[in-house]
Order: sequence, then C-alpha cells, then structure tokens
Amino acid sequence: MFKTIEEPAEGAVEILVEGVAHRVPANISVAAAALLCGLGSVRETPISGAGRLPYCMMGVCFDCLMKINGQPNQRACQVTVAADMTVERQLGAAEYEDL
Amino acid sequence: MIDDRYELLIIGAGPAGMAAACEAASHGVRVAVLDNQAAPGGQIYRNVDRATNRQNRILGKDFVKGRSLVEQFIQSGGSYFPGSTVWFLDEKRRVGVLIDDKSFFVDADKLLLAAGAQERPMPIKGWQLPGVMTAGAGQILLKSAGMVPNGRLVLAGSGPLLLLLAYQYLQAGVKIDALIETTPRGAISRSLGKLFEALPATDYLLKGVKMMLAVRRAGIPVYHGVEGLSAIGEEKLEAVRFDTGKTGFKKVTDCELRADTLLLHQGVISNIRLPLAAGCEIEWDAGQKNWAVTNDEWGRSSDADIYVVGDGSRISGAEASALQGRLAGMHASHQLGKISESKLEVLSRPVVKSSKRHLSIRPFLDSCYTPSPCYLVPGDDTLVCRCEEITAGEIRQAVRLGCTGPNQVKSFTRCGMGPCQGGQCGSTVSLIIAEQLGKPMAEIGCLRVRPPLSPITLGQLSEA
Amino acid sequence: MDHDCIVIGGGLVGSAVAYGLSRQNQKVAILDGGDRSFRASRGNFGLVWVQGKGWDYPPYAQWCLKAANLWPEFSRQLGEETGTDLCYQRNGGMHFCVNEAEWEERRRILEQNTLHTDGEFQYEMLDHAALAEKVPQISNAVVGASYSHLDGHVDPLSLLHALHQGINRQDVTYVPNQNVSEISGKDGEFQVVSNGTTRSAGKVVLCAGLGNQRLGEMVGMNIPVVVDRGQLMITERIKPFLDWPTLHVRQTGEGTVQIGDSHEKVGLDDGTDPAILQKIVQRAVLMFPFLARVRLVRAWGALRIMTPDGNPIYQQSETCPGAYAVTCHSGVTLAAIHAGTVAEWISGKNDDPLLSRFGTERLHV
Repeated sequence: MFKTIEEPAEGAVEILVEGVAHRVPANISVAAAALLCGLGSVRETPISGAGRLPYCMMGVCFDCLMKINGQPNQRACQVTVAADMTVERQLGAAEYEDL
Repeated sequence: MIDDRYELLIIGAGPAGMAAACEAASHGVRVAVLDNQAAPGGQIYRNVDRATNRQNRILGKDFVKGRSLVEQFIQSGGSYFPGSTVWFLDEKRRVGVLIDDKSFFVDADKLLLAAGAQERPMPIKGWQLPGVMTAGAGQILLKSAGMVPNGRLVLAGSGPLLLLLAYQYLQAGVKIDALIETTPRGAISRSLGKLFEALPATDYLLKGVKMMLAVRRAGIPVYHGVEGLSAIGEEKLEAVRFDTGKTGFKKVTDCELRADTLLLHQGVISNIRLPLAAGCEIEWDAGQKNWAVTNDEWGRSSDADIYVVGDGSRISGAEASALQGRLAGMHASHQLGKISESKLEVLSRPVVKSSKRHLSIRPFLDSCYTPSPCYLVPGDDTLVCRCEEITAGEIRQAVRLGCTGPNQVKSFTRCGMGPCQGGQCGSTVSLIIAEQLGKPMAEIGCLRVRPPLSPITLGQLSEA
Repeated sequence: MDHDCIVIGGGLVGSAVAYGLSRQNQKVAILDGGDRSFRASRGNFGLVWVQGKGWDYPPYAQWCLKAANLWPEFSRQLGEETGTDLCYQRNGGMHFCVNEAEWEERRRILEQNTLHTDGEFQYEMLDHAALAEKVPQISNAVVGASYSHLDGHVDPLSLLHALHQGINRQDVTYVPNQNVSEISGKDGEFQVVSNGTTRSAGKVVLCAGLGNQRLGEMVGMNIPVVVDRGQLMITERIKPFLDWPTLHVRQTGEGTVQIGDSHEKVGLDDGTDPAILQKIVQRAVLMFPFLARVRLVRAWGALRIMTPDGNPIYQQSETCPGAYAVTCHSGVTLAAIHAGTVAEWISGKNDDPLLSRFGTERLHV
C-alpha cells in the first residue's frame, strides 16, 4: 500500500504489470512500480509457494524477484521501468524456453 | 569504455567513494569508480541530484548537503561507470565487472572498497509477510520514487534512522499509527556515561531531540521497551503484535495493532562481502554488534593496496564516511607518487580533526540504540534464511549435531545457499551459533563469500 | 579404553565409516575438523557412478558396481532412520560426447567395465537422435552419449547431514575443531592426542582426507595423497529439464543446476580462477544453449583427495595393526560400501577379498 506524494516531475511511462497496463512515474524501479500498482505479492517462493513483496529495496534480500520482459528472477529493485515493459510475478522456479 | 587498468579503482559511489574519487583525481590520480546504481549518492544521498523541492523539504538539510558532493564528484574528472555490477573480486585484486550485459576484468594499483552499509536484519515472527519492509526501504521509496505508505502504518525497531523516517513522514503528511521502540529499557540511561564524549557532536544530539519532540507533538502513539514483537497475517501483513511494552508510564501487554505496512529497523551493518572476497581481515565490533573491516587511520585494510572506508568498514555516518574517503584518497595519491609525505600531512590534519568530531557521537548512539538480544537471536519458529525458508530452530538443530560455525550449518540446512547468498541471514546465523555455544563471535566467524558477488548469467560469464 | 574405535575425520568417508561401525555396536568417537576445513564433500558432484570407473583397474570397476548396488538399501535405511531426504535417484546416468572420436573412445572404455564385471555392467551408446529423444534441450554439438541404468545421483551435503544425524542417534562421540598432534599405539591400544586431550581406543581409522598422509606416518603407513582442485558452480532454481545426471551438468533435487568441473594442481588453494570457470561454463552452454540465460548463484573450488593412481586406499598398518587408513576421492559413490563392507573389515567381522587390491603396496612398486 503505497502512493506518490506528488505528480511525477519526470513524466510517466506505461508498463504492463501482470497483463494490466499501468501508468507509473518514469525512472522508478520496477519494485516501486509493483508496490504502486498494489500487487499482493511480486513472487511465490520456490520452497513453499508463499507470497513475497519487496523487503529491502536495495538489492540485498532478493525478495523482489520478478520476470521482466520475459527474463525470470530479476531483482525488480535494480531495474528501472521503461515504456512497454512487461512485468510478471515470479512463480516458483525460473522457466527458460530453449533457444 | 572501461580500461583494463587504473591507478585507483573505487567500488561504491556513496559519500566515501565519491569523496575519495574527488580527492585522488584532484592530485592527478587515474581514477575509475564502479557503482551498481544509475546515479551517484549511495543509499544516503540516493537520487539527490534529481530530488524535487518537495522531496528536499521532506528529506531535510542533511540530505540536500549530499548534492554538493555529488556535483563535485561529477566534475572531478575520473571515469565513472554507473549501473555496473562487480561480480568477481579475489585476493589477487582481480575485479570482474558487468557493464551493459558484458563482463570486463580490470586491474588496479590501488583498490578502494566503499560499498556502504545494509539494514541489520530484524528477524521477528512473520517478518517475511508481504507488507513488512525495512525503514531503509521506506527511505529509498521516498527518495527515489517520491512514494509513501498509504494505509495503516507501524514503524518498529531501534535507531536514529527510525526516528528520522518518522520525522520525514510527518513532513510528508503521512499518518503513522504507531511507533514501536524495541531498544532495551535502560539503554538510554546506561548510555549517559558516553554522552560527554559525544558533546563535540552536539548538532547530532540536538537533531535527535528535535525529531523526538516533533513525533510527540504529532500525537503518534509510542510504545517503549517492546518485547515479543511479531507480524501477523495469512497471506499478507494484517496486524502487529507484541507481548509487553510501555506507553508513557503505563505497562501494556498482549497488544495487537492492525497494520498494512510495518517498517522495521534496528541499525545498519557494514556490507563486507567485497572485503571478504578480497581476503581483508575483519573483526567483531562488540559496541556496534557489527563485523568491521580492520583498517588503519588511512583506511588501509590488512592488504596495503586495498582501502576499505565508510560505512562499509565500520558504521560511521555519512559525514565521517566522506572524510574517511578523502583520507584514503589522499593517502593513495601519496602512495602513487602524486603528492609528498609532507603535503599529505598538511592536507590530512583538518580532515582527521573533523572526522574525529563526527565520529565522537558514535559510542553514545551505538550504546543508546543497541539492539535487544531477543531481536538479534530469534526464537525457534522465526525464519532466519528468507531465501530458503530456514528457521532458527533448524539452525540450532545443526549446532546440536556438532556444527561449530555458519559454513557447516549452511551445508546441513541450506541456510545461506539461496540467491542472496547469506547477505540477509549471515549475521543472524553467527549470532545464533555464538549464543548457543557460548563462544565469542570472533571464534564463530562468518559465511564464506564466493563469486559471483552479484548475479551474472552463464552466457555473460562465457563471453567475458 | 575410552572407545572401541577412534575415527579421524568426519567428512563423507569418516562419517560413513563411523556410522557403519556404530551400527555394529562399536563404541566410536569421531575427531573432526572445523567450520573452515577443506571438506571435500563440498566439492563432490553427487554422482553415484559406475560407468567408466576402474576401466583400467578391474578391482575398482567391481568395487564401484558393488557400492552402487548397495546404495538403494543404504539410502532407504539412512533416510528412514534420520527423516532426511537424500534426494537419491537411480534412473541411470549419461556421459555426453562432443565428437565422434570421444564417442568411440567412450564405447571402448565402457566395454572394459563390462569385461571387468563379467557382463554385469551394462550400457548403451546413444547417437544424437536417440539422445535428443531423452534430452530435448541437448544441442547439436553433442554427437551422442553413453548411458547406463546402473548410475544415479544424490545430494552430497544431504548425505553428509544424514550421516551426522545417524551417528548422533547411535551415540557416537563427535568432537569438532580437532587437530591431531600424535597417535601412538602399543599392546592393542592407541592413544590419540588432539588439542591437548588424549583419547584411547582399540582401533584408529584415518579418514582425514588430505591429512591422511601426515597421520599415516604416525602409525607406520605411507599414504600418498595428491591434491587436485575442482571448480564447480550452481545456478538458480529452474524448472526440471534434465532427468539424468551427467559428469558436467546435473540438475539437483532442488532444481538448481550444478556445473563442473576441472582438475588442477594448485596446491592447497580452493579458490576460483575466472578463466577456468569460463571454460566450464562454455562447455555447459555448448551442451545446453538455453543455459546461457540462466543465472549463476555460486562458484567455488574444492580439493579432491586423489591417490597417485586415482583408486582408493584401504590399508591396515603392518607395524601398528589396528590402525587403518581409508583414502579416496569418490566419497559419495562409495559411502554405501564404506558404511557396510569397509566398516565390517575394520571391526573384524568380514574381510572382502577385493579390499586387498587397494593396499598401498601397489603404489610403491
């Protein structure tokens, strides 16, 4: 449950979060965007399937792992949003289609 | 394009790294700075060069001070590689760095590690629930995204940063439903003995008092000396519970507060992964409850060609970190033959004096806000390793089998084998083992650090 | 006497031997290293392997087959007793070949295994088409593979954990952080001094890996140990893609992918060398191109306990009878036979004739 304190000074971009289009401030991290969009969880752990949201926001905890533009298990707090980016929850172990 | 050799290679563009870069570059040293963020500033001055007026007003004067250092850094003339991640560093000082998807190896005559600090883990029951974050995370969201919590908010823990965040949220008009202090009762009175030493840093003390008064005036419910804190909820945080605490002079038991966001904080610890990877000696600082990097007055580690400075060596605060960076920068300049010994003497004198003043607050702060043992060494059913979902009880079982340190515990439980590679659980594991065996931390040691120091794909490695 | 047996070393070898001894009602003590000891188990790939082992030394071919056949019952027994899942599977194993010459060489090698085991060892040579049917993501660079249904794999650290749980339940005295300074023996009794404490036992078993050479000298044995470093890597967890373990790529029970390996003579250095890591990764990506997108989580080096001919040493001291040495690099495959046959040899219950083929005299010819 997060909101912005003012209109974004650097404009906004449109990204797809779990298939739904959202306008988010430009230059924020994907993890911040996920919180802004109100996702209940950004991933389900490969151990128990429990839902997790970002915890440290600085790249240490690896709890914010998401599938971004098709690449699984990326730390969402280390990736900046970009126009037309697709963001999906990381459900369990990573899946890689063979080339 | 990054070269394959520099005279001084700096990892980390927070206050210490930036100050070292400015200093060394001013004496003609060929400097390169690697940092994993998109802009300089580290965590403390995160996004300072793009902060809006509103953000600056909320975040305060100390934050804005960082702007001049960032500007100075950008003008300093060294090579700067933002968004680069160091994935390899060993005792031979080989640095492997990922820049734009490609890996490069860089050598340096002198290496300076300024990777800063991270939040000390605060493992309470339920801390893995969605909605529980660190106070540092709250600050990062405020600084880098202009975002604040929206819903029932509880701040819990111990330490100046928690109070600072509460104050900043008040400036931003955020409603705080409770401030829970977990500092052990009596810590402040026990710390008064250190207050005299802290007088040269009276400005820090006055700031603290000002923030406390603002919190009082805002009518935020404050609970002190809280024990048995836990986060409750099914699929996300729903409430914060604690066993005992005090509000004013009244004792409170079995308290439950509804909450959507819980921000935890009990101080920061040095991020020592890079120094460990490079083979630098570390020591347990009992006052800070922190693994510190052993270094001399110039910031040189046990390896004379590696400087480790700033919060990444021991917790010093932003101002002292910048001063340490300067000292290391000028010393490296001297070692590289750019300035004479007498020039070094003259340049360093005022910096050393200023650094001492800023550091004088630390013993008082460290004692005042010492984390309570019950939040350092959690109960059996609390998660310690968030990645692999290992509880404190499982760790204790491994110790009962005969494990005497965190590495064997890791082999037996998988604690520390997940993606974060012990970054989040390492300090807790050692503390649990030390308490269970009744041995000092120096004897228990910490988890071994191995490459990659940050994620790299097999493809990136194969094309390095 | 404090104990019937003192086992020096609590790694995969020492704990398997101690486990076996304790199940024969021997009163056992283990003197183990510490948290930062080299611990070869950390470098083991987890293969419970038969194909190719001992192709040039028939007793070893027979020994590994025997051990692999003991594994299913060993795993069931240990798993049941401790409640720990060893992630043991015996569905076969493969060895990938990247050119025709390697493929032919592999066939020749495995024919030897079949010969040495009187036909008990069975294998299949798969061409690319047959291989691709079993392993769809294999690249065209892999011309084929050898496959044996007798091969399997296990999680080495879960095995070590279970063995330690097992010895704990059997009331074995476990003493960590020990440095053995002296072993003396006379009149059927040994005195072992470690960290200033003396412990006595009727028998002493040296399972100290790299330390066996130094300890062997104390009891009149010449145990030549050769240090060999292997580097290996582990990736993030990915969805299951590889049902069979191989020498260079193995998907673990957790779903992580283990990649290896190397053989380096660098002394007591268990660090990593990026150039070698790169070679290892390039080989893995050559075999499975999609792995290029997969994230590396950890890379490390570990020191193997090799003997000059690569085959194990099982030796009882001639000048100090009752002192035994067990030295090998295959601590996982042989764990089942160490806990069984070797423990019985030490306790005097049984003497498998194969054991005599692994004495030290063969190395000093």
